[in-house]
Amino acid sequence: MLDRSAYPDPRHDQHDAPKPLHDEAGKGFLAGLFSMRMDKSRQRLIFVALIFFGLYGAIASRLVHYARNPETTQVLRRASGESIAAARPDIVDRNGVVLATDIKMMSVYAEPRRIIDKDEAVELITAIFPDIKPRDLREKLINRRGFVWIKREVTPKQQEEVYRLGLPGIGFMAEHKRVYPNGNAASHILGAVNVDNVGIAGIEKYVDSLGLADLGGAGFSVQADDLQPVRLSIDLAVQHALRDELAKGIVKYKAKASAGMIMDVETGEVMALASLPDFDPNNPAEALDPNRINRMTVGVYEMGSTFKALTIAMGLDSGKININSTLDARSDLKSGKYSIGDYHATHRVLSVPEVFIHSSNIGTARIALSVGVSAHQAFLRKMGQLERLRTELPESAEPIWPQKNWGELSTMTIAFGHGLAVAPIQAVMAVGALVNGGRLIPPTFLPRTEAKAREVAREVIKPETSEALRFVMRLNATKGSATKAAIPGYFVGGKTGTAEKNAHGHYQKDKLFTTFMAITPADKPRYLYLVVMDEPQALPETYGFATAGWNAGPVTGAVLERTAPLLGQVPRTDPPANPFPTMVKLGAWGTK
Amino acid sequence: MASRIERSPLIDWWRTIDRVLLGLILTLMLAGIILCLAGSPAVADRLGLPQFHFVKRQILFMVPAAVVMLLVSFMTPRHVRRAALLVYLGALGLVFIALLWGVEVKGARRWVNFAGMSIQPSEFLKPAFVVLVAWAFSEGGKRKDLPGNIIGFVLLFSTLVPVALQPDIGQTGLMAICWGGLVFLSGLHIFWVVGFSGVGVVGLAAAYKFLPHVKARIDRFSDKQSGDTFQVDNAYESFMQGGWFGKGPGEGTIKRILPDSHTDFIFAVTAEEFGIIICLVVLLLFMIVVLRGLVLARRNDDPFCRLAAAGLVMLFGVQSVINMAVNVQLMPAKGMTLPFISYGGSSLISLALGMGFLLAVTRKRPRAETFTPEPYAAYQAPFAGERA
Repeated sequence: MLDRSAYPDPRHDQHDAPKPLHDEAGKGFLAGLFSMRMDKSRQRLIFVALIFFGLYGAIASRLVHYARNPETTQVLRRASGESIAAARPDIVDRNGVVLATDIKMMSVYAEPRRIIDKDEAVELITAIFPDIKPRDLREKLINRRGFVWIKREVTPKQQEEVYRLGLPGIGFMAEHKRVYPNGNAASHILGAVNVDNVGIAGIEKYVDSLGLADLGGAGFSVQADDLQPVRLSIDLAVQHALRDELAKGIVKYKAKASAGMIMDVETGEVMALASLPDFDPNNPAEALDPNRINRMTVGVYEMGSTFKALTIAMGLDSGKININSTLDARSDLKSGKYSIGDYHATHRVLSVPEVFIHSSNIGTARIALSVGVSAHQAFLRKMGQLERLRTELPESAEPIWPQKNWGELSTMTIAFGHGLAVAPIQAVMAVGALVNGGRLIPPTFLPRTEAKAREVAREVIKPETSEALRFVMRLNATKGSATKAAIPGYFVGGKTGTAEKNAHGHYQKDKLFTTFMAITPADKPRYLYLVVMDEPQALPETYGFATAGWNAGPVTGAVLERTAPLLGQVPRTDPPANPFPTMVKLGAWGTK
Repeated sequence: MASRIERSPLIDWWRTIDRVLLGLILTLMLAGIILCLAGSPAVADRLGLPQFHFVKRQILFMVPAAVVMLLVSFMTPRHVRRAALLVYLGALGLVFIALLWGVEVKGARRWVNFAGMSIQPSEFLKPAFVVLVAWAFSEGGKRKDLPGNIIGFVLLFSTLVPVALQPDIGQTGLMAICWGGLVFLSGLHIFWVVGFSGVGVVGLAAAYKFLPHVKARIDRFSDKQSGDTFQVDNAYESFMQGGWFGKGPGEGTIKRILPDSHTDFIFAVTAEEFGIIICLVVLLLFMIVVLRGLVLARRNDDPFCRLAAAGLVMLFGVQSVINMAVNVQLMPAKGMTLPFISYGGSSLISLALGMGFLLAVTRKRPRAETFTPEPYAAYQAPFAGERA
């Protein structure tokens, strides 16, 4: 065979007179390009045979692959793009109390291709599940996919009924359903999952970002038993008390909303965080209502007079003023066409502690001006007030501040908490640093030791400045606007804040956003409380006032009274002997 | 067996025909009837026809098909060429008639009604086209006075253009592939082989861009979620349900919802009812036919017979490969029947014609009849020189 193909084939049909392939020399490449070379066909036939062999081989190997890997419904379901609720780790509070867990539920599915009589199936199934519309179900069943869910998470009784129908092509699959035994209690922290048990908000989403979703996607049917519970810094009892008092506050002061949190200023751990109205994570659709956002992390607000603490700290820390400096609050401060006045006007020269307890806008504005615009901005940036604060909760918000045109007027208003809107949790972080000796610690929802907190902390102010802040906050609780929260025995310090809400570029006198920050104990603070109220109303017993001291203040007091014992705070019958030694040494106003 | 001294056309035929090929083809025809029993009753039920409507018709067509094949296999190569020319001209005429006056079925004009039967002339065009192209190229290789290459190109365009206009992209592609294969086998410079592959790719790209249903099918193949993958999904399910041994004849359920279970997707139905082992046997039958045909082509000393046999085998082989590859989801869905197994009268007769041609050109011929040494010596030297 092979030798024969080495020379031109001599055998042709008789009628085909053979002729030389190249009868003229010198045609060269072009002739070669166009000539037919029958002698090549034998080699090339081998090539064609090999191609066919390869093609048939590929089909055969696919067939063998099919025969060896008969796919189950599971795989079919994945191919059809349906997902199944995977197991999730439990979420527990700092004491190990379950906040979220998985339970096994049966779900009904259909393989439409195997259903013989679709009308009969629709009729029988809708009789058991009256909430399924026959039209929708029929559409699902005439669908060409291999797998459709009919009803997720049915009761054992419904399962039994469907089973007894004996319909071919209808089956059951065990799924994991997420349950939150405490309902609304920690909803904004926990977030929620969708029907496929995928975290869509809060810590649930955070848990997924740790890699659970990847596991599920790769086809691992993770068992709940294999998963380590996720422990939070939250204390459920404290959480419940906080939420309960906020709820009472909303009712009493007819507020639109209220939110609060308690943070350990030594570690940054959030002990409790609630924002009302909230939702039941067992029914996550409720969370879609925009009024139910987490006001502590997603809402940004002008924090009002609570920001004065920051301004005074800045002034003291910069050395431009000291605790005994005096500030002229005799008349309103003019800046262009604007005029800054005091709500609790004193019309006299005030010392720094007086500026704080009388909440003097004029005084704080003067302090900020003495420090200067750029230093003010730098200080707020250092305190984390100009950038989005990210915690484990995926929900966060960007602060709103005059990025382009921050002038003297901005500095003056921001000094007393207007013109800069931050998420309340951000303000909590900053005030925490003001009172804990000057260490800025990012808040966390996971347990954190003090040692670990020291690693992540950043020194932002001097310890003496911190002591001054503790001193003025304590002073405010005894002589100023924070007396309503001064629960005896806990040596509380505090600061009120009342901001007029800004709508369409105007501040509205009757729509207030009140805040209250409290520390306990003021000599060596451990916990920082924040309560905010959205549009609280004036009541007869508040003598027609709706400012923070009359609503957020008392609510904070109630929260503190209930939670301080839970948090291990021991009430002291006698106040500490010398809580603010430096202040005494300096002879500050109010120490005598 | 008759004595070798006796000479009659029948005995000559029996001695010279490739009995392996003949046996394999007859086996495939029989398999076609058996598998039609599995695939077609469900379709007949759906169309409201008697349950064995398609089976009966398949058997009815099998008889003339076998007769055509056997008769054609008696032909000499010269007769084959003439018959191919006649069939080609007739079929091309009918293709034009179908284009102009044909019944439009699913957006394509492929059918003509003729004496109470509807026939698909492009089916008959295929084997005739392949034989004529083989003729043109083999003549072009030998004779300077005959512009074989040019005739080959003219044939390509005169055939593919009307078929593509029907539109029948499957048949167009099939014939284009066979034509390309013949060009390759004719020993044309490798430059052309690469060039035509390039044209093929461009053609495919153009089909994807300008023909919506081609685009839709390829998109569906590359992205399973993108849309209607009903047939393909069900074919897949058939293989899964069937497993190695199948559910047993008549036990299939997926076939009830596979619209083309008796034609394009008969291979999947075979898997469901008879099992993947039987599918492998069917595949093996096709592979042996193809490889046997290629071996016979390679042995053949006559250039025309060699090219024609190779071309006809490629036509048969490519068609079977495409059908099975679509069934096992190795290719996007393409309406292509499985030779002899799928139901279809026109396709059956045309295949019988093609296989008849194949059997005819692969018959053993006495060498002395064709051996003419004198003119050969004249051109041996330059050629050998070039080789060296």
